[in-house]
Formats: sequence, C-alpha cells, structure tokens
Amino acid sequence: MAEVTKVAVESLDTLEEKLTQELGYDDHFHEHHHGDKYQSNFLTTYIFSTDHKIIGRQFLITGIFWALMGALMSLVFRLQLGFPEADLAWLKPILGKWIQVNDAGIGKLDPEFYYALVTIHGTVLVFFVLTAGLSGTFSNILIPLQVGARDMASPLLNSFSYWFFFLASVVMFLSLFLSTGPFSGGWTAYPPLSALPQASEGSGAGMTMWIVAMALFIVSALLGGINYITTVLNLRTKGMNLWRMPLTIWAFFITAIIGVLSFPVLLSGVLLLMFDRSMGTSFYLSEIVVGGQILDRIGGSPILYQHLFWFLGHPEVYIIILPAMGIVSEVLSVHARKPIFGYRAMVLSMLAIAFLSFIVWAHHMFMAGVNPFISNFFVVFTLIIAVPSAVKVFNWISTVYGSNFRFNSASLFALGFVSLFISGGLTGIFLGNSAIDVQLHDTYFVVAHFHIVMGVAAFFGMFAGIYHWFPKMFGRFMNETLGKIHFWGTMIGAYAVFWPMHYTGMAGVPRRYYDGGASFDAFRHFTELNQFITVAAIIVFFLQVIFVVNFFYSIFNGRKVTTKNPWGANTLEWTTPINPGHGNWPGKIPAVHRWPYDYSKNGEEFVPQYVPLRAGEHDHGH
Amino acid sequence: MTALLIILCVILVGIVLVQIARIVELISQIKGEREVMRESSWWNAHLSLVFLVVFLAGVFLSSYYYRNELLGYGPHKAASAHGSDIDSMFNVTLFFTGLVFIITHIALFWFAYKYRWREDRKASFIAHDTRLEVIWTAVPAVVMTLLVVRGLDAWNTIMADVDPNEDYFEIEAVGQQFNWIIRYPGPDGKLGSRDFRLTTALNQVGQDFRDPKNWDDIIVAQECYLPVNKKIRVRIIAKDVLHNFYLPQFRVKMDAVPGMPTYFVFTPTKTTAEYRNELRKYPEYHKPYDPADPQGPKRWEKFEYELACAELCGKGHYSMRRIFRVVPQEEFDAWYRQQESYYLTQIRGKEEDPNKGKVLDIDPPAKDTLSPTPATLSKI
Ligand code: HEM
Ligand SMILES: [Cu+2]
Ligand SMILES: [Cu+2]
Repeated sequence: MAEVTKVAVESLDTLEEKLTQELGYDDHFHEHHHGDKYQSNFLTTYIFSTDHKIIGRQFLITGIFWALMGALMSLVFRLQLGFPEADLAWLKPILGKWIQVNDAGIGKLDPEFYYALVTIHGTVLVFFVLTAGLSGTFSNILIPLQVGARDMASPLLNSFSYWFFFLASVVMFLSLFLSTGPFSGGWTAYPPLSALPQASEGSGAGMTMWIVAMALFIVSALLGGINYITTVLNLRTKGMNLWRMPLTIWAFFITAIIGVLSFPVLLSGVLLLMFDRSMGTSFYLSEIVVGGQILDRIGGSPILYQHLFWFLGHPEVYIIILPAMGIVSEVLSVHARKPIFGYRAMVLSMLAIAFLSFIVWAHHMFMAGVNPFISNFFVVFTLIIAVPSAVKVFNWISTVYGSNFRFNSASLFALGFVSLFISGGLTGIFLGNSAIDVQLHDTYFVVAHFHIVMGVAAFFGMFAGIYHWFPKMFGRFMNETLGKIHFWGTMIGAYAVFWPMHYTGMAGVPRRYYDGGASFDAFRHFTELNQFITVAAIIVFFLQVIFVVNFFYSIFNGRKVTTKNPWGANTLEWTTPINPGHGNWPGKIPAVHRWPYDYSKNGEEFVPQYVPLRAGEHDHGH
Repeated sequence: MTALLIILCVILVGIVLVQIARIVELISQIKGEREVMRESSWWNAHLSLVFLVVFLAGVFLSSYYYRNELLGYGPHKAASAHGSDIDSMFNVTLFFTGLVFIITHIALFWFAYKYRWREDRKASFIAHDTRLEVIWTAVPAVVMTLLVVRGLDAWNTIMADVDPNEDYFEIEAVGQQFNWIIRYPGPDGKLGSRDFRLTTALNQVGQDFRDPKNWDDIIVAQECYLPVNKKIRVRIIAKDVLHNFYLPQFRVKMDAVPGMPTYFVFTPTKTTAEYRNELRKYPEYHKPYDPADPQGPKRWEKFEYELACAELCGKGHYSMRRIFRVVPQEEFDAWYRQQESYYLTQIRGKEEDPNKGKVLDIDPPAKDTLSPTPATLSKI
C-alpha cells in the first residue's frame, strides 16, 4: 500500500531524478546497449535470458514447483504415519506398484517407497527450494538492484547457474520414475547404505541419479555464488561502501561465501561415493557382509563421508537461513518505519555465525562413533553460535519496539519468522549439548528442531520477501486478504504440525520409522497426536495452494503498482522504473550517500539512500 | 465418491475465498489506502495478541497433557546410572530456554501490538544502544558457559570407557538388515575374536572358532537378560550398513559402524519389574495392553525394555526390535546358566568348524564342565 501521499511521491520522484542527474554515476550503458539486442524475442527475453531479474524469477518459479512436489510427498508419508490403517488404493493410479493392494483390497504404501519419499522430500526442500528457490531468487533479483549495478558481474555464468539447476531438477525428477524407485537412504545419503545397491533398492539407479543431480546442483550453486560475491565486491554504485549495504546484501554476500567454501567439499564427498559405487574403491567401506555376500572392501570409513557431508551440511543450514534473516531484517525495518536495531551488530553476528558454521559440523555426529574427546570442541563451538543468534533475535524485537508497525503480509511473515527462529533455535541448545543429544539424536525432537528453525522459518523469510518485492518483480501487488489468510493459517498450522513432535521426540520415538514406532510398546501410544499432525499438515498444504493461486493470479491480475516506491523504502531498487528494463536504470545509476535505514529520522518518515547527508548530519544514525 | 466430494468442496471453498479476497480488495480501493492501513493494523495487531495467548496456552496445556510421556518426567525417568545426569541437564536447559522463549515471545508480539501503525504515531529513531547490546551478548554467553561446563562434565563421564581392572560385563551387539545379533561371552567372561571373512549363514557374526574364547560364547535368540546395578559394556558393530544401538529408557545410543567397533557403557538401575511398578502408578498404564482384549493384561504389566535401531538402515529400519530384561543378579545367573554355547550346539563338527576331527577338552561327555559353575559366574 502506498504510504506516501501523492504529492509527496511526485516531489520525491522529481527529487530522485534530479539528484541522480546531478550526482549519479554515468557508465554510458545505454550508449553501448542500443535496442537491447539480447532481448529481441520471447525465447531470449524470458527463457534463455541473461537478465538477473528474469533469472531470479526462473529460480523462484522452479522453486515453487519443487515446493509443491515436496509438500505432496510429505502428505503421502504423513498419511502413512497418521492413518496407517487407511486404504491408500486410490493413490494407485499415481504411485503404481508402490501401493501394494492386499487381498482385502486395502492399499498400503510400500516401506521402500516411504523411505524414498522422505529422502526426496528432504533433498529437494533443502537444496532445490530453500537454497536455489530462496537464495537463488533473491540474490539474483536484489543484488544488482540494491547495490546499484546494471546486472550481475557475469550475466552468462548467471544464466548457466539457472540452467545447471534446471538440469539437476530434471535428473532428480526423472529418478522418480525408475522401476527401482528414487534414492531412499535419507537426504544425508550415508554410506554404506547409499553405496551398496544390494542393501536397498533405492541405492541402485536411484542413487546414481541422485548423485548426478546433486553434482549438477553444486555446479549451479558455485556459479551463482561466485557471481554474487564478485558483483557485491566490484559493481557497487558510487558511495555504496560496505557499511552502507542493506542487510539483505550482506546476507546474500556472506551466504555466497559460505556456499563457495563448503559446496566443493560435498562434491568431493559424493564423487568419492560414486567411486565406491562403481569403481570398486573403498573410501567409505570396510568389512562388509551384505545379503550373505562378503565384500572385499577393507580400510575405508563410513565416518569419513559424514565428516565431508556435514562440513557442507551444517554451513548449508546457514546458507538457507541467512538470506531469510537478511530479508526479514529489511522487511521489518521498512514496515516498522524504524532503523534496524544494531545494524553493525547484525552484520557482525552474521559474520560470526558464518565463521562458526564451519567448525561445528560434528554436532551431527556425536553418536556416530567419533572419538568422544573430539566432541568436546564441537559442543563448545556449537553453543557459542547461540550467542550471535540471540543477538539477532534481540535486535529484531528491538526494531519492533517503538515503531509505527505496518501490518501487511510481508511484515507479518517477518514477525512470524522471528517467532519460529526463537522456538527452533532454543531447541538447538538441547541438541548441541552432546550429553542431552545422546537421548534426542535421531528422534522426532530433531525433526521438530530443524523444521521449525530452518524449514518453516526459511519459508517465512521467503514469503516475506515475495510479498514485499512482488511489486518490483511483477509491477503488481499480491492480494492482501489472501496473504493474511495465508499467514495466520500457516503460522498456526505450522506450529500445530511441528510443535507436538517435540513431545514424541522426548518420549524417544525415532525419526524415519515407517510405522511411526507402532511395533514398539514405548513408542506406539501417539496415535491421536499423529492423526492431529497429519490433519494439520493437510490444512497447511491447502493454505500454500492459496498462496500459489494468489501468486500466479496476481502476476496477471493483481492491483497495479502506480508509484516507483510503494512501501516508502530507502533502498535503490525502488528508484528503478516500475517495470525496470535491461540495465535497470534508464539513465545514470543513482549515487549513494547514506546507510539504508534512515527511517523516521528528524521528523522525516524515510530518507532514501540517494539523498545526500544534510549539513551536520552523520551517517548511520549517530 | 466421498473423495470426489471432498475435492469438490475444497475447490469450492477455494473459489469462495478467492472471490471474497477480490471483493475486499475492490472495497479497499474505494475506502482509500489510509483507512485500509488503519483497519488492517488494528485487526492484525489484535490477532497478534490473540495468537500470543493461544500459542503460549497451547504450549503449556499440551506439555501438561503429555507430562507423563516426556523425557525425565512422570514414569519416564532414566533407568540407568548416567541417565539421570542427562535428564537433569535436560531440565536445566529447559529452564533457561523456557524463560527466554516466554520473554521473547511476549516482547515480540506485545511490541507489535502496542506499536501498531497509526496515522498520528511517529516511530522513534533508535539505531542502536551499546549498553543494551553488551548486556544481551554477555548474558547468553554466561548462560551458555554454564550449560557447556555442566554438559561436558556429564558427557565425559558418560563416554568414559571401562577400566580393564574394573568389574564389568561385556556383551556384543551386531546390527544387520534387519535385526540385532546379541552375543554373550559365556563362562569365561570373554568375547571371542571375529573376522568378517568367516561369516556364513551359520556363523552369523564371523566368529573365529580357532579362538578358544569363542567356544563358550552364547548368541541369544530370545529376550536378553542383564543384571541390575552391574556395569555393562556393549561392544557395538554392524555387518552391512550403519545401524544404531538405542535403548531409550537407559539413555543409550551409539551408531553401529561396519568395520569399526564402537561401545557404550551403562549401568541399569531399575529392573524390569521395578519399572513396571513405576508405571503402575499412572492411570494411562492401566489401560489394556491389547485394545482388542479389554480383559487381558494391562499396559504396565507388559512393559519391557526395548532395543531399537536409530540410524536409517533400509526399508526394515523400523522393525529391529529386541527385548532386554533387567533382573536381580541371582535371577540373571539362573538364566545365564541355561544358555548354551553357540559353538557346541550349532557349529561343532560342521563345515564351519576349524577344529573338526580334533578332540577339544570341552567336548562331551565333558558337557558338565561346560555349563557355567557358580564359581565362573561370579567372575562376570
Ligand atoms: C542455536 C543454534 C543451533 C544449535 C545449537 C543447533 C544444534 C543442532 C544439533 C546439535 C543438531 C543435531 C541433532 C542430532 O541429529 O542429534 C541439529 C540438527 C539440525 N539443525 Fe540445528 N542448531 C541450531 C540452529 C539451527 C539453524 C539456524 C538451522 C537452520 C537454519 C538448523 C538446522 C538443523 C538441521 C537441518 C538439522 C538436522 C539435520 C538432520 O539430521 O537431518 N539448526 N542442530
Ligand atoms: Cu548443524
Ligand atoms: Cu536401522
């Protein structure tokens, strides 16, 4: 909703044009790029585009596709967990042989396929949705727009980044149709299970395709990451020094660095796994007898894979959450009409989290058989992460304090993010203490922890970003009423799904049990709770369908944006035309004179970054 | 048919929602943006408060409702010596995190409510506050230090291996798809050596029968018994893929890794009978064990300690159940005396037997000397 009255807007727009004309940076862009030779037909404009704004939207829409796929998978395995007696024969037309119909005509989900669903659900949500769909989308759309660049440093590599992701998606998708099924050994793909086709059907062709898809995905992540880093370092507009970058840019920048440092380790990990699978090496295998067959593999260690995996795996969870944190910081500040509290502390805490994220990986391996002495270090570093995390939470809350808080879909999702990050982060403190983790490891408590702190929270950050930047992406608004239904329903629904899992986890119920623990006396009396969770999950799914409908409907029919800066925000993306073309700014690039959080300063509701400091005024609200 | 109806209903509800949303959007364009902002802020600020109350109430009520199922509460206090350390660490952490959870949630939603958008409100320009920031960096740091110190103290005690001169009892758990093979050392108190290359259908765990320590080893087919208040060292290993040796009531969990033996040391402090008596105090354990048989035994009467697998190992991962029964020493001795050597009953004289044709001093009629005497038993 346009906050600024018409008069103010007009004078602001003229002010902005005047200032850009006077002080802006002239790179003679449009003299060199006459008539947009790169965007001459539909194919080059929308499909094989090298424009960062199109690539961002491609990431987003592919991400939405995978989010729906992943959610549908989760509904099928939630049905199995909540209603194990239910007849699933009606799924046979879709799932075919994976639904076994017995003599009485009752259809049951095949356990092998249950594990395949859980595995692919985890893989695509972590990598395809919350990495590519979140960081890929917003890094692409926002980095050039917010640092004041015409495009990414290498638009071509950038489009390769998307197309490698697309290929990875195709390979992963096709693996769903294998007769032996997709990979079924969990998203972490621990060997020997993942290395031995004899040990599980899904470890055959399904695993080969999983590795190929992941390798392609890693290439995509690296191409993207290198580009984001270079763009932030080299293509900032005049005056945009590092301490004037919006927190979104800081977040994407740090995320990209983490990704570039950790993804190659995962790649080497899965390549060695590939060698073990097909070339007879024994990096991860030793003394194995599988299905009565004695393998001549000696000397490897399954633990080595876990080290390589979690050396990416833990930074990966921050690759997912940092962009969401950046988006939430920006959205909260804009809609609170108040500077983000503790800007420098926010940046430093992100840097601290990024650094620490590289030295805590073995907290996933306390019970893996590593030397218990080594775990001491990982406990210490893991619990230290709670400190910068706490600082961020306190800063968000303080940003809301004393604000003039505009409630809309974007700011609501940002608020929700803070709540989820608190709830899920606090359970991390239990898990990070190895002594407590003895009991909680691989139970539903872990499932509750990471779905709340990473899964749902990162989705909330993504939603906040979509509702907030939709006007920039598509020149229209999303429907606010549907947005608020989407928010409140999901907020309540997501807690209803994941909060109770703390209880089953504390009762000791292990995760990844096809029957939810029904064959154990100690685990079986959560029937009603499991039904409740499943019903809540179905409702939450339909709320996401509302979002998707709203999204696509609004692209074509949403209320049109009529002013350049509908939220009254300070950052540079709102100085581009409502539908920015190739090169983003029609003329000069605006120069930057201040940090992006001058909201409600000296009686002015907002002071955009292109406005020079007034006489005697200090930057950063000092 | 019903499925079709449900789908139709859902689609209908969806269409109605979308239509309402469109109408609201149209009305709001007539009302003007300021008015819409005012209404939206009022409504959502109040919804935030309602959410805060409902959420916190839900958290408290649900944890009260499940109080008897939870770690360290009700009947589910740890049944092992080190387990109570874990439970108390859990509670200390719960106290601190619970406090933070409540305070931050109240602050977050209360501020959002209190400072909701109003035409006449001016947000304050507060960019930072060094004193506050130092405080709220330092306080979590101190609390974390406390938790780390206590946690590591407990951790290093729990994970300490046995001293060879100490009095302990060692068993072996071998994980395979999809069951556990549990080996007891027999009268000599020592587990014989293994080599995975010797594995056959009969010699399941690849025991090397040239090693006399293997001759009396027992592979338990049914329930496994453990003496109460005795230090148990479980040697854990897997044959094929990763598994995890998980005894929830004893707070025991350790991966079983092919090619790399791991261990876990624990001391059961409650016999199965004592645990049953604990459960008996709670009404929910007076429900019938088998709902189809309301006259049958009650839940508490049928309680057993169960071994589960806690590392995904394939499609049968959820079904690797074994029963462990903790009993007083005398009862254990009696049970142990009845167990028979796997070598003598299953292997001796067969193809797998490297000592075929040789006379061993354990061969019958020396069978008597094989069954454990009280003297050898007291050693274990
Ligand atoms: C206060 C900070 C945090 C601490 C101390 C912490 C600690 C832990 C620990 C120790 C585990 C391993 C549990 C186990 O398997 O037994 C774990 C699991 C996990 N955490 Fe966190 N965590 C924190 C925050 C986060 C954040 C911010 C994210 C993501 C954005 C995250 C995502 C995950 C995921 C995905 C797993 C499970 C991986 C799996 O086993 O499948 N955690 N966490
Ligand atoms: Cu981690
Ligand atoms: Cu298992």
